[in-house]
Amino acid sequence: MIISKLKPLDELQQALAEFDKLFLVGCAACATACKSGGEEEIFKLQEWLVTLEKDVTGSVVIDEACHIMRAARDLRHHKNAVQSAEAVMVLACGSGVQSISSNVDKRVVGGLNSMFLGNVRRFGHYEEMCSLCGDCILNETAGICPVTTCAKGLLNGPCGGMKDGHCEVDADIECAWRLIYERLQGQQRHGVFARRVPPKNWSRRRQPGRYQLNKGS
Amino acid sequence: MSRLSEQLSRGQFVVTAEIAPPKGTNLAPALAAVAKFEGITAVNVTDNQGANMRLSALALAAQLQKAGTETILQLTCRDRNRMALQSDLLGASAFGIENLLLLSGDHSKFGDHPDSRPVFDLDSVQLLDMTAGLMMGVDMVGKPLNGVPKFFPGAAVNPAAEPFELMFQKVAKKVDSGARFFQTQSIFDRNALERFMSAMKPLRVPVIAGVLLIRNARMARFLNENIPGVQVPDALIERFDRTADPLAEGLAIARETVVLARELCQGVHLMTLGHEGMIPAILE
Repeated sequence: MIISKLKPLDELQQALAEFDKLFLVGCAACATACKSGGEEEIFKLQEWLVTLEKDVTGSVVIDEACHIMRAARDLRHHKNAVQSAEAVMVLACGSGVQSISSNVDKRVVGGLNSMFLGNVRRFGHYEEMCSLCGDCILNETAGICPVTTCAKGLLNGPCGGMKDGHCEVDADIECAWRLIYERLQGQQRHGVFARRVPPKNWSRRRQPGRYQLNKGS
Repeated sequence: MSRLSEQLSRGQFVVTAEIAPPKGTNLAPALAAVAKFEGITAVNVTDNQGANMRLSALALAAQLQKAGTETILQLTCRDRNRMALQSDLLGASAFGIENLLLLSGDHSKFGDHPDSRPVFDLDSVQLLDMTAGLMMGVDMVGKPLNGVPKFFPGAAVNPAAEPFELMFQKVAKKVDSGARFFQTQSIFDRNALERFMSAMKPLRVPVIAGVLLIRNARMARFLNENIPGVQVPDALIERFDRTADPLAEGLAIARETVVLARELCQGVHLMTLGHEGMIPAILE
């Protein structure tokens, strides 16, 4: 899921300075799961806004805020409340914010920072394991992604900063290449170590991404 | 043919040193420091060392070459994508630079621009491969070059890194990718160097051992905490703690490492960090 967190309150207060009436939007998917934009957080936000003497004209938690048409439909159901607000405040990832901003004429204030595509280790503990590079090497690396979990995204083994099998950037993190090496050894295969890995094809990660299932591209 | 490659191929023991470009445009102190170097085969010019922004290594190396000093241009993958790396290598060749030390580079987190976006479009193995391609007259997409560069590419290694086999498989890849010499991280441990050199033997690529002049215990501890790949053993730090003259102790340790390198390696790389005047004493 997309891991997101609430922006600093002083930053939000500044972003909201010119508005007195707000409509609030949350997301029932990722932002609910990582406790940044579900029912509970929308409620807390509303309480905070009241302390700032703002009016909340209404709120909705959209099933998946990133679904552009569904977001449009849900906003239509709250047409009057949206219209009477001066701005729409969104607790969803950047995708969700843009679904909303492309569907309303009002100013939109994003309340979260989107951080990464995260795995859940346990409740409240998220780890980035995939960076959506479009050119997956996992089958050769024993299912551990060096593009994401090596701080430098190296493809041919550890850098010179590896210290006792840990990362130079954060001593608490195990070197991705050590983990790959040990797991491959356990599987008794060379995997990615059998070849010099050529430079990555970053054209597969064109910005902005576009994909149409029926066209296959 | 560079003097470095010539001396290494003749089996002569080489001595390299290093200079960091200035933060700013005043090249005079760096040029003056290099002028004081004695008995040095070639001078490494560091590339935004420790991820601290400084004048371009290529610019200082070009000036040094013009003044008759042979350089080893360090080039990291941290700050440039594959296009910029190729451009800089061709530019280096145009300035007569042949020796290269091709590196991944310390992470930006360690330096004075921690908010910058690190690039790492290539890694050091891929950078070596690309350099080999340029020397064959083609760029990374196979387009022919008008004017083909001559390089003597080198790579870096930390002989004491653990797990050893994991570190060494990358060394082997670097050799396959055209590394013609290695310069090592600072050496402090005879056993680690012996193990590394015996693994290197079948690869037949010369190794230049890194020798760091440590000034005192505080510096040693700082290195351990802040410089990736440098690990000063506790026993050496204790030597600094016990002595009344830490700089003399640092000199003694550097000299011991040079003796070790003369026994096991093909050269030494001296990192004196402002104490260039002590180079003759270290080599004595």
